Amino acid sequence: MRTDDLVHALAADHAPTHPSTGRKFAVAIAIGFAISASLFWVTLGPRPDIAEAAMTVRFDFKIAEALLLAATAIALAVRLAQPGAGTALQKWVVALAPVLLAVAVVAELFTVPASQWQTKLVGSMSMMCITAIPLLSLPLLMATLLALRQSAPTKRGTAGAMAGLVAGGLAAALYGMQCIDDSPLFVATWYTLSIGAVTALGAVLGRWLLRW
Amino acid sequence: MSERGTTGWSDLMRAANGGDAEAYERLLRQVAAALRPVVRRGLARAGRSGADIEDVVQEVLLAVHLKQHTWDSARPIEPWIHAIARYKLVDVLRRRDGNFDLPIEEFSETLAAEEESPRLSSGEAERHLAQLPAGQRAVVQAIAVDGASIADVAARFDMSAGAVRVALHRGLTALARNLREG
Repeated sequence: MRTDDLVHALAADHAPTHPSTGRKFAVAIAIGFAISASLFWVTLGPRPDIAEAAMTVRFDFKIAEALLLAATAIALAVRLAQPGAGTALQKWVVALAPVLLAVAVVAELFTVPASQWQTKLVGSMSMMCITAIPLLSLPLLMATLLALRQSAPTKRGTAGAMAGLVAGGLAAALYGMQCIDDSPLFVATWYTLSIGAVTALGAVLGRWLLRW
Repeated sequence: MSERGTTGWSDLMRAANGGDAEAYERLLRQVAAALRPVVRRGLARAGRSGADIEDVVQEVLLAVHLKQHTWDSARPIEPWIHAIARYKLVDVLRRRDGNFDLPIEEFSETLAAEEESPRLSSGEAERHLAQLPAGQRAVVQAIAVDGASIADVAARFDMSAGAVRVALHRGLTALARNLREG
């Protein structure tokens, strides 16, 4: 087929209006979050003392940290979805949540006596944590990968990993409402492990699913 | 690429998004002409013959078309087209030769060497076009090869204009997928 002929066909197929990439992500992630949140509500639900917990710094930090991670990962994923869009700033911003968590860990080590470090780190529900977060993240992961698939990520592995980070972060914010372990020592260990697993899964799926 | 050329492409695409189909066609022709020397050099450096140039050019054009919603119209369009061309060229080379990384920096020099080459054609696209479902193939062929309009095709095949549009879009999407998957 002549290139001129192809151009003619492409021009005939031209449709002037498109929703922006940011909008596509907003819709996809909202749907994914609705499914994950329903799943959370039906299976786990918030802890009984959530009203009191919300008055404590550790609980609020845990939830805010997960939301911050998800928000910064969304910003990077949207840029990765658009060919030629710079990502330098967004890559730095993604480091914000891990850095804050590291600071919180240090603060916790200063606040809590050394004899309690291990108890705080091991917590009471670590197995639940590393099971629930990856499971709750799956609808979000699929939704975010779908939004990426409709876009044009040139770095498929990285884009897939960001989808995992978005999904893991939001799932962690949901599960965090049920989880009674609020110490940064617990969060930095078990939440990081859970979100890391989802991120790795996203990277693998991305390389495979995001070809265009 | 001259300043004028730079604003030119972004403006053409903005006009196209405003409904100017002629601007869109002009943009795609200019992009195709600018891509040829880049693709030729890329293939040459990978030790590949120049016979596949038009295959790659057409794959890039299809990607530009099918992914145009990922261009942010507040930004210049060249980096976006450049990134798509690079991705597609690397993809084509990897697909056939295994692992391959290609630096393409000289995209910007190419608009000066712009040439009209209306007769160039791709054997790959031809081959994959033949494998489309009959309905889609007939519509794509009538519009691409015979130069028919949507209305012409609707009348010829006794279809609604909407159905022709859907068949055309699905046909082009399938063509892009088949090219990608070899």
